[in-house]
Amino acid sequence: MKVPIWSEEVSKGNQPEILFWVGCAGSFDARAQSITKAFITILNKVGISYAILGTEEMCTGDPARRAGNEFQFQMMAYQNIQLLNGYQVKKIVTACPHCFNTLKNEYPELGGHFEVIHHSTMLQQMIDEGKIVLNENGAFKGKKITFHDSCYLGRSNQIYDAPRSVIEALDASLVEMKRCKSNGLCCGAGGAQMFKEEEKGNNRINLERTSDVLETGASVVASACPFCNTMLTDGIKLNEKQEEIKVLDIAELIAQSI
Amino acid sequence: MEIFQQILFGIILVTAVYFFSKRMALIKKLILLGKAEDLHDQPMKRWKNVALLALGQKKMFKNPTVALLHLLVYAGFIIINIEMIEIVMDGLFGTHRFLLGMLPYYYSFLINSFEILAALVIFACVIFLVRRNLIHVKRLWSNELTGWPSKDANIILLVEIVLMMLFLKMNAADSLLQLKGIEPYANHSTGVFYISSLLHPLMDRFSIETLLLTERICWWMHILGVLAFLNYLSWSKHLHIILAFPNAYFSRLEPNGKIKNMPAVQNEVLYAFQPESAPAASSDPSPSSFGAKDVNDLSWKNLLDAFSCTECGRCTAACPANQTGKMLSPRRIMMATRDRAEEIGSKINQQIEWRSDNRSLLYDYISEEEIRACTTCNACVEACPVSINPLDIIVELRRYLIMEKSSSPQEWTSMFGNIENNFAPWKFSPDQRINWTKEST
Ligand code: SF4
Ligand code: SF4
Repeated sequence: MKVPIWSEEVSKGNQPEILFWVGCAGSFDARAQSITKAFITILNKVGISYAILGTEEMCTGDPARRAGNEFQFQMMAYQNIQLLNGYQVKKIVTACPHCFNTLKNEYPELGGHFEVIHHSTMLQQMIDEGKIVLNENGAFKGKKITFHDSCYLGRSNQIYDAPRSVIEALDASLVEMKRCKSNGLCCGAGGAQMFKEEEKGNNRINLERTSDVLETGASVVASACPFCNTMLTDGIKLNEKQEEIKVLDIAELIAQSI
Repeated sequence: MEIFQQILFGIILVTAVYFFSKRMALIKKLILLGKAEDLHDQPMKRWKNVALLALGQKKMFKNPTVALLHLLVYAGFIIINIEMIEIVMDGLFGTHRFLLGMLPYYYSFLINSFEILAALVIFACVIFLVRRNLIHVKRLWSNELTGWPSKDANIILLVEIVLMMLFLKMNAADSLLQLKGIEPYANHSTGVFYISSLLHPLMDRFSIETLLLTERICWWMHILGVLAFLNYLSWSKHLHIILAFPNAYFSRLEPNGKIKNMPAVQNEVLYAFQPESAPAASSDPSPSSFGAKDVNDLSWKNLLDAFSCTECGRCTAACPANQTGKMLSPRRIMMATRDRAEEIGSKINQQIEWRSDNRSLLYDYISEEEIRACTTCNACVEACPVSINPLDIIVELRRYLIMEKSSSPQEWTSMFGNIENNFAPWKFSPDQRINWTKEST
C-alpha cells in the first residue's frame, strides 16, 4: 500500500502537514497492523498531507517508564524528540493511546512541543467536517456495538466522547457496558503488563473485562487502542465467542464503511 | 463551686488543645520528611478543587445515597460545632447559654436547627453502622480492615451518636428546668426545642436535683467527648475531616496519564548524548538514589495523601488487579505508607534514630509482587473521593526496584533489552517496522 515516509518526502522537497505516529504495536503486531492499514486507507482516501517516520520511529518509552526504567524512557524520549524537532514536525496523530499520552503529556517538558491528536478525535473531526463520507447502508447500520474505553484515552486524558460519536456516525446502536467511561475497567495491558505474565490471582484482567463485553450482547466491541484490542481478542477467543462478536478498532469500523 | 468548674474546664481545654497541636505538629513533620515538590501554581484551579472535591465532595456523588448521608454527617458535625463556641465560652466564663445574650432573636432558630441536624446525624450514623456491620459492602469487608481499622470506623460512628444524644438530652433537661422555673435556666428563656422536647416524657418524673445533674453531666460529657474526639481523630482515618481540604488544594492538575518527570535522569541522559552541555564539574547534586524505598524518598504530597486516606476502599474496589485476585490493593498502599510514617513518628517521639532502623516502606510494608501487578490504569486515582494518588507511590517504588536494585521480572528484562537494541519492546529489528507497508490492504 502507498504510505508516504517522512524522510523520502523531505528529499522530494515536501513538508507533510501531519505525522502519523504508528507506534510499535501498530508496526509489529499482526493484529494491530490491520488497524494501521485501516487508518492509512482513511487518510489516503481523505487526501490528507501526512507521512510516517518509517524505520526511524522508535518506541516512545512508555512501557519502560511505567515499569520504572526512567533511564531508558529518557533515552528514547531524547532520540525521538531530536528526530521530530529535526523534521520540524508540528502535528502528530496516532492510533495508540499510550503513544498519544507520552507524546502529548510527557514530551513537552523534555523539549518536544507538538500538537498531538488521537485518531479517534481526528476521525470524529473528519466525519463532522464531511471529509469522511460514510456509506448510506454501511455494514454496521443498526448493529449493536459496545465501546471499551482505553485507560490512557479515558481516565488519563478525558477522551470519552470522540470514539463514541464515531460509532454513532455509523448508525449503529451503541450499548454501554456496566463499567464504562471514567468507571471503565482496564484491559490489563497498561503499565508494561502487556510484556509480562500477570501476577498470581484468581482471574485474568482481560477475562474479567471480556465478561463485561459479553454481557452487553453486542456483535462488535470497538476499541481505540491496539493493546486493548489484543487483550479483548484473546479474551473472546478464550471464551470461544469469536463467531458471535468481533473486536474492531474504530478506524477499522470507518474503513469498512467508506 | 462555680469557679472550681471554670478552672477545671480551662485546664481540660488547654490540655486537650495542647495534645492535639502536638500531634498535628508531628504529623506535619512526618509529611515534610517527604521530598520537596512545588504544588503552588495555578491557585484558582486549586481553590476550585477545594470547593468541588473537598467541600462539595463531588466524587462521593458517584453513589448519591451514600453521598447524601455522608454529607449529612459531615455538615451536621461541622455546623453543630458552632455550638462549641457557646460551650467554651460558658465553660470559661461560667455563663449560661452565652449566645442567647448575643443573638436573642435568632437563638431559638439556631438551636433548633442544630437539634434537627443532630437528629439527622444520628439517623445517618445508624444507617452507616448497619451498612458497615450487617450488609456486606465488599470494600468494607476486606482483610486489610481487620483489627483496628474496622473498629476505628465503628468507634467514630458510635461516638458521634453519643455526642449528639448528649446534646439533645442536655437541651431536654434545660427546657424542663425552664418550665419548672429553676434559675439560671428560667431567666434564659430559649423558646421551645422541637426535637429534644420529645424526650420530656422520659424525664418528667425526674426530681429537680436529678434534672440539674442531668443537664450538667450532659454538658460536661458533651464537651469532654468532643475534646477526646478531636484527639482521637488525629490518630484515626478520620483525619480526612481536616486533611481532605489541603489534599484537594495540592492535588495534581496535570492529566492523570502523565508520570512525574525525573530531571536528574533527564540531565544525565542529555549529558550522555551531548557531553558539551554538561556543566563543568558536577555542580548540581544528583539525588542519592532513584525512586523510593522508604517514605522519605516519596514526595511530601504522597505522605499528605497517606494521612488523608479514609480507608474507604473505593480505589481498591475499582482496581483491576485487585478485582482479579492479585495482591495489589491501592488502599493497602496508602495504609502501609501511613503506617510506616507513623512508625517513624513514634520513633521520633521516643528519640530513636529511625534512619538506621533497617526497615523501609518497600519490603517491610509493601512487597514487590504487589506493585508489579499495577496496570497504571488510574482507576484508583479516579475513584478516590479525597484526591489521593496511589499510582504515584507505586511508580516511585517501581523506579527504585529497577534503577537501584536492577530487580525486574525476566520478561521485563527482555523488554528493556529489546527497546535498547531494537528500539521496540518486541524482538523485531528496526527495518521490519515498515514490513506492513509492503503488504496489500
Ligand atoms: S493504577 Fe494500578 S493500583 Fe491503581 S487501580 Fe489501576 S492497577 Fe490498581
Ligand atoms: S486512597 Fe482514597 S479511595 Fe482509596 S481508601 Fe483511601 S480515601 Fe478511599
